[in-house]
Amino acid sequence: MGAGMTLFRRRLLETGKELSFEAARQALESANLSAKDVRSVVMGTAPEAFDGVHMKGEYLLDGAGGANKPYTRVYVGGGTGVFVPIAAWWHVASGLFDTCLAVSEEKMSPVHPHPQYAFNGIFDYALERPLGVNLVWIFALEMRRYMHKYGITEEEIAQVAVKNKANALDHPCAQLGARITVDDVMKSEPMVWPVKRLDISPPSDGAAAVVLASEEAAKKITKDPVWIDGVGWSIDSTYWTDRELAYPQYLESAAKMAYRMAGIRNARKEVDVVEAYDPFDYKELHHLEGLQLARKGEAARLTTQGVTQRNGEMPVNPSGGLLGVGNPIAAAGTMKVCEIFWQLRGEAGRRQVKRDARTGVAQAWGDLMQFSSVLVARSG
Amino acid sequence: MEMESKEHTGVEMTSEDFRAGKYFVFPYSARFRYSWDTGEAVSRFLAELKNGKIIARKCKSCGRTLIPPRMFCERDFVPTDEWVYVKDTGTVKTYSISYLAADASRLREPIVVAVVDIDGASDGMGMLHILKGVSKDQIRIGMRVKAVWKPKAKRRGAITDIDHFEPLRRGEVR
Amino acid sequence: MNTLRDIAIVGVGYSGFSPHTRGLSFKELMFEAARRAYDDAGVDPRKDVGSFISCTEDLWEGNSIADEYMPDQVGAALRPMCTVTADGIQGLAMAFMQIETGLVDTVSVEAHSKLSDVLNRDDVLRFAFDPVFARGASRSPYFLAGLEMNRYLYESRNEREACAAVVVKNRGNALLNPRASYGERMSASKVLRSKTIAHPLKKQEVSQPTDGCVVLVLSSKASRRPRAPVWIEGIGWSSGTPWIQDADFAQAHYTRLSVEMACRMAGVDEPKVDLYELDDTFSYKELQHMEAVGLCARGEAGKMIQQGRTARDADLPVNPSGGSLGVGHLVEATGLHKVLEACLQLRGEAGRMQVNGAKKALAQSWRGLPTSSGAAVILGVR
Repeated sequence: MGAGMTLFRRRLLETGKELSFEAARQALESANLSAKDVRSVVMGTAPEAFDGVHMKGEYLLDGAGGANKPYTRVYVGGGTGVFVPIAAWWHVASGLFDTCLAVSEEKMSPVHPHPQYAFNGIFDYALERPLGVNLVWIFALEMRRYMHKYGITEEEIAQVAVKNKANALDHPCAQLGARITVDDVMKSEPMVWPVKRLDISPPSDGAAAVVLASEEAAKKITKDPVWIDGVGWSIDSTYWTDRELAYPQYLESAAKMAYRMAGIRNARKEVDVVEAYDPFDYKELHHLEGLQLARKGEAARLTTQGVTQRNGEMPVNPSGGLLGVGNPIAAAGTMKVCEIFWQLRGEAGRRQVKRDARTGVAQAWGDLMQFSSVLVARSG
Repeated sequence: MEMESKEHTGVEMTSEDFRAGKYFVFPYSARFRYSWDTGEAVSRFLAELKNGKIIARKCKSCGRTLIPPRMFCERDFVPTDEWVYVKDTGTVKTYSISYLAADASRLREPIVVAVVDIDGASDGMGMLHILKGVSKDQIRIGMRVKAVWKPKAKRRGAITDIDHFEPLRRGEVR
Repeated sequence: MNTLRDIAIVGVGYSGFSPHTRGLSFKELMFEAARRAYDDAGVDPRKDVGSFISCTEDLWEGNSIADEYMPDQVGAALRPMCTVTADGIQGLAMAFMQIETGLVDTVSVEAHSKLSDVLNRDDVLRFAFDPVFARGASRSPYFLAGLEMNRYLYESRNEREACAAVVVKNRGNALLNPRASYGERMSASKVLRSKTIAHPLKKQEVSQPTDGCVVLVLSSKASRRPRAPVWIEGIGWSSGTPWIQDADFAQAHYTRLSVEMACRMAGVDEPKVDLYELDDTFSYKELQHMEAVGLCARGEAGKMIQQGRTARDADLPVNPSGGSLGVGHLVEATGLHKVLEACLQLRGEAGRMQVNGAKKALAQSWRGLPTSSGAAVILGVR
């Protein structure tokens, strides 16, 4: 019914509660609803380590509109942002509630010396942490494997960063919209090779929210609802060192679950616009393949051919993605859902994709190269 | 109605202003201490590392030999059946070159990190570790490597009892 | 609501239930509980379970993104699984809703405590307090319980001794519970003589930690399962304000709202049940929750317990299992444990603790300090 988000920046003055409130308020206003109309609330926010409060779902609940309401926080790592609307979906589709407010917030700036450090806890305490691990290792290992398996070069991958940062120039909330070249990416300093500085999305503060309503309630609220026609999620085994990292099998499972529900038989033909999770540029390619929108190893070629540009046949990340808009972990995924919402309603302004967008897919990823959430939306 | 930029709130704190102390900050430092029970599987694994050996678990149902060892097979959802020693050599499944330390500060000398598929375990059963003795231009996927153990007196029953992996010399067998 | 599908708990499993589960990792504890639950339900998790839910918080585990470490040992590898940072009964509510959508018909809900791994538990708990306004008030997080207890007793006029009576009853009940670690024959004076934790709260009135894992299997296909189903007649949950300065210390509104929601769903005005498993993290909470679920009017809970009306063999048994005071506190698994105890009672499997003729039960949870969040579920057998 409605969507809203704050600016995404490296450091925002607002507290986590204030960010949540701002996103929630905007989402409600855009649907001409008030807090009184909200029957239930789902919150998404990633590691406690960022905001610096244990059980931070409880701490943030007033900002998210949860006071004296049925309120739940779900937490599936980076997949949270697309999973929060999915959880909101089951609140409404179960028949228990007419409306549900889905809010995602992240405040990464409080962590010192750097938010990346707070991620060390994702690694196994006995078998991995003692090695002096850094979060970026696991992405670099996956990127290298993906490149090796399908013969994809760093330059091909860098195109995604170029595309998304350029797309982000048209997003009013974007943290890192910029016109860069493949050469800029190749020359940026290596972090954990093959990952270089411009291959990665930044840590950010921000919040995003959407409001969901049942079919009956929706009729009374708006003439222009965007329907959630498919939801899917899947988690793979914790033992990531035993898995083939070149292909996200769990994403295929999640996508098929969502497509089955939405009645999609050939995603490549039936999906008009895609927001695929891109915390790193290679991830967009990886995820397009898992989403069955490109054959294995083929996504890079589609990018080179311009298929995934905003005016292309299958626009991917018209928002600018995490690479361009920013990556406040949970809020980033919900930002993608907001984008699909705006695209399907024709409200994306300068970011509006050329083709008539009726079916959109938003996808997020999280945990140890392990989890994906997929949402299929259609305009009325 | 188009989303307009004036709707999107957020007051940015620039790095300069932040470092110049223009904003009120409330510092807090937390220290959480855990003593994780490594349980049956990982305790044995670590104990064997102290002995200079790598041990795995075998699942008779799916036939896999599992590293890291586990008391249950996640594929078939049954308890695993027996302990099996595997070799301390393997093949590089993937690698990367890190210029970042754990706290995100920059390393002067990069380190090579890899997932090594261990010989004797099932295909693709890997372990995360550090690689040394190989330059960033030499390292390849598929390279054969071996564990370099800490001296017995320095082993504590930890993953770092293997100090690092290094290339197996041509013709070298373990 | 007749439009809702009939959903029942078709399998229960648990493991641990000891302050120190040495030699077992949390994964191994979970595998044991999950295996038992799936055997009990007669399901193969790799084929028959459509969704898996785990209830936990990062800092109880010592991981960033605890969700990562949950799937393998409950049979969820490459399956739909998610983590909710909420009490087990709220996890049950999520599972209930998932089944109501028709998306899946069978869901597994898991929660555990491995508090023996957490060395400075009180510091973790204090980290949940508002960093600017509350955390620095005291080294011990229990000051908040002391504040609430003080105000609750003042407004409700329940007697101080009634709180001690809760400890005596629950730890006495625990003597008959094989899952309990803190069963003991206590006296009110022994409770009141114990060390002051945060006035007026005494040490013996604070539940102590224990390790354990509970897994429940919910299904809309209960008729196909071997065990007598325990039907979920109604379920509800609610969160109050996180601002402790604004909280109503005298009443557990979150419980009242949760129970109202559950009753609406069950099509009843009040939960007319045969036994209650209510949160007793602290002694006074049991009294506060008794009033909030409508067992009695405000200020009457103390009299009820002093008259023995909530004893295991009386007409309104509260915490016949021994509650958290008797069994031990299980963090997010506390609510799920209460549902477990209620299920065993309703199935007639509670052994020496059996409440005769129990057909309906109410299980209620509170998320603990510093929250005003909780859930409630009405269960019944036919």
